[in-house]
Amino acid sequence: MNAPEMTSTRPTELPSSRTSANLRKRQAAQKFGFGLLWLASLVVILILLVVVGYVFLTGFKSLSWEFLTTAPKGGLSGEGGISTTILTTIYLVGLILVIAAPLGIGAAIFLIEYQEQTKTGGKFLRGLLQAANFGVETLAGIPSIIFGLFGYALFVSTLKFGFSLLSAGLAGACLVLPTIIRTTQEALLTVPVSLREGSLALGATRWQTISKVVLPAAIPGIITGIMLSVGRIISETAVFYVTLGGSYRLPNSLLSGGRTLSLHLYYLAMDTNAFEKAMGTGAVLIVSIILINLVIDLISRKLSAGVRQNQ
Amino acid sequence: MQTKLRVDRAVRTILLISASFSILIVVSIFVFIFRSSLPAFREIGLQGLLGELTWRPTNGSFGILAMVVGSVMVTLMALVIGVPLAIAAAVFLAEIAPRGVQAVVRPAVQLLAGIPSVVYGLFGMVVLVPLIRRIPVAGNSGYGLLSAAIVLAVMILPTITSISEDAIRAVPRSYKEASLALGATHLQTIFQVLLPAGKSGIVAALILGIGRALGETMAMIMVIGNSVILPSPLDDNPLTIFLSQARTLTGNIAVEINYASGLHASALFATGVVLFVLIMVVNISAHAILNRSNSAA
Repeated sequence: MNAPEMTSTRPTELPSSRTSANLRKRQAAQKFGFGLLWLASLVVILILLVVVGYVFLTGFKSLSWEFLTTAPKGGLSGEGGISTTILTTIYLVGLILVIAAPLGIGAAIFLIEYQEQTKTGGKFLRGLLQAANFGVETLAGIPSIIFGLFGYALFVSTLKFGFSLLSAGLAGACLVLPTIIRTTQEALLTVPVSLREGSLALGATRWQTISKVVLPAAIPGIITGIMLSVGRIISETAVFYVTLGGSYRLPNSLLSGGRTLSLHLYYLAMDTNAFEKAMGTGAVLIVSIILINLVIDLISRKLSAGVRQNQ
Repeated sequence: MQTKLRVDRAVRTILLISASFSILIVVSIFVFIFRSSLPAFREIGLQGLLGELTWRPTNGSFGILAMVVGSVMVTLMALVIGVPLAIAAAVFLAEIAPRGVQAVVRPAVQLLAGIPSVVYGLFGMVVLVPLIRRIPVAGNSGYGLLSAAIVLAVMILPTITSISEDAIRAVPRSYKEASLALGATHLQTIFQVLLPAGKSGIVAALILGIGRALGETMAMIMVIGNSVILPSPLDDNPLTIFLSQARTLTGNIAVEINYASGLHASALFATGVVLFVLIMVVNISAHAILNRSNSAA
C-alpha cells in the first residue's frame, strides 16, 4: 500500500487520492453487491424453511401411526388416514418403472454404445439415431399436462383402459422415459472407452462387453436416474389427475382407478376442509423426497470417490 | 461362437426397438393431440378460439384468449419475482459462497426443486391467499395472479439457479483471471465478464424456467381462482390487476377434460396445442435472440 509514494516520483502522476477513491468506491460497491448476494441466498433458504417448516408444523398434528395405516373414508371432512394412497403410489411407481426402466435403459444403451455402428450403418440407422435423440429432447420439454392429455386420449378413451392404474402407468412411463434415458446416457459416457476396447480386444462380443463390463460400471448412474424418476412420479399430480380416476379405495386390478399421495393432497385441499390432513400428507411427501435426495447424494458421493480412486 | 453372435444381433435389435420407442411416443403425442383438436379448429376456427374471450362450453363459446393472457401474465410476473433471486443465488453459489455455505444452500435448492407442486399449491392456499386477501380492495379474494405468481416464482427458482450456476462455472478460468489482473474487482468481474460469458447457459435456464412456468398445472389451479376472465384492475388503481383472478391454459385442460365430450373435449385439446405452440415460440425466439447477439459480438 505504498504505491502513492512510488508514483509521486513520476512526471505525469495521477492524483493518488483519485485512484484510491476510485478503488475505495469499487470496493464499497463490491461489499454492497456481495451483501445483496448473501441476502438473496438467505432468502432462498428462508423460503425453504418457511414452506417445509409450515407444512411440518401444521401437518404434525395429524401425523401418527394411525394416520399412515388407516384408509381414507372420503366425505367433506376428509375422514381417515392415507394408507391406501401410500400403497397406490407404490403400485404406480412400480408399474411405471417396470415399463419405463427397461425401455429407457435399452434406448440409452443403443444411443451410446451402438453410435459408431450406426455411423457406418447407412442412412436409415443414422436417421433413426438422430430422430431418437430429438425425440428424447422434445419429450423432456413437454409440460406434464400434455402427457396427461395424451394418456387420456390414447389409454383412457381410445384403448378403453378407463381411469386406471394401467392408463396412469403408461402415461407416467412416457413422462419419466426422457429422465431415465438421459441419466443412463450420461452414466454410460463416464465409462472409459479403454474398458470397452480391452473387453472387445479379448474377444468378447459387443453385448458381452456391454453387459459384463460397461453396465456394471454405469450402475450407480443408472440408479440415480431411476431414483430421480421415482421422485418425479411421487410429486407428479397433473398426469394422474386426468388418468387415474381419483377413487380413494385401493385399486384391486390394473384396470381399476386410485389416488396417489399427491392426488390425495389435492383432493383434500380442494374438496374437503381437512387442511391439517392435507398438510400431514404433504409432510409425508416431503419426507419421501428428502429420503430420495439422500440416496441420490449417497450414490453420487460414492461415485465421485470411485472416480478419484481410478485416477 | 455362433450362438454368441446370434445373441449379439438379437440384443441389438431389441435395443434398437427400445430406442425407437421415444420417437414413437413423440409422434403419437403429436398425432393424438393434433387429431383430437382438429374438430375444434375446423368448427370453431382460429378466430373463435384465439380471438374470443368467452369460454362457455354449454353455449358453444370456446374462446381461450383470456387463458392465454392468464398463462402469459402469471409467467411474466413469476419471472420478475423469481429470476433476480434465482440468478443471485446462482452467482453466490458459483463465485462467493464458502464451501461450508455451499453445502447448505445447494441441497436447499435441490429440495425446493423436489417439493411436489401440490404442496406449493397447498402452502399458497393456506398461507399466501389469506395474506393477500388482507389487501383492502373490493373484490379481492386472495386467489389470483399475485398469489399464483409468487408460488410459481418459488417453483421455477431451483431450475434457473442450478442451470445458471453450471453456466457460470463453465466460463473458462482465464477470463476471470484476466479481468482480475486488469484491476477489476470481483464484483465487476462477475457482472461484466462472467455473466455475459455465461449468457447462453443462463438463457437456456430461463427458457426451461419459462417452460416449467407455462406448463405448471395443479399449483395454479389451487391458487389462481380459475375464473375465465381477462385479468383487469379491480378498481381505479391499475396495480389491482395483479389481484385479479385468472385461469391458465393448463388449468383449463385439467379442470374440464374428465367430463368434457364432443366439441368441448376437442376445444380442450386445442388448448393443449396452443400451450404447446406457446412453449415452442419461447424456445425458438430465445434461440434467435441468442444467435443474433452471438453473431453481433
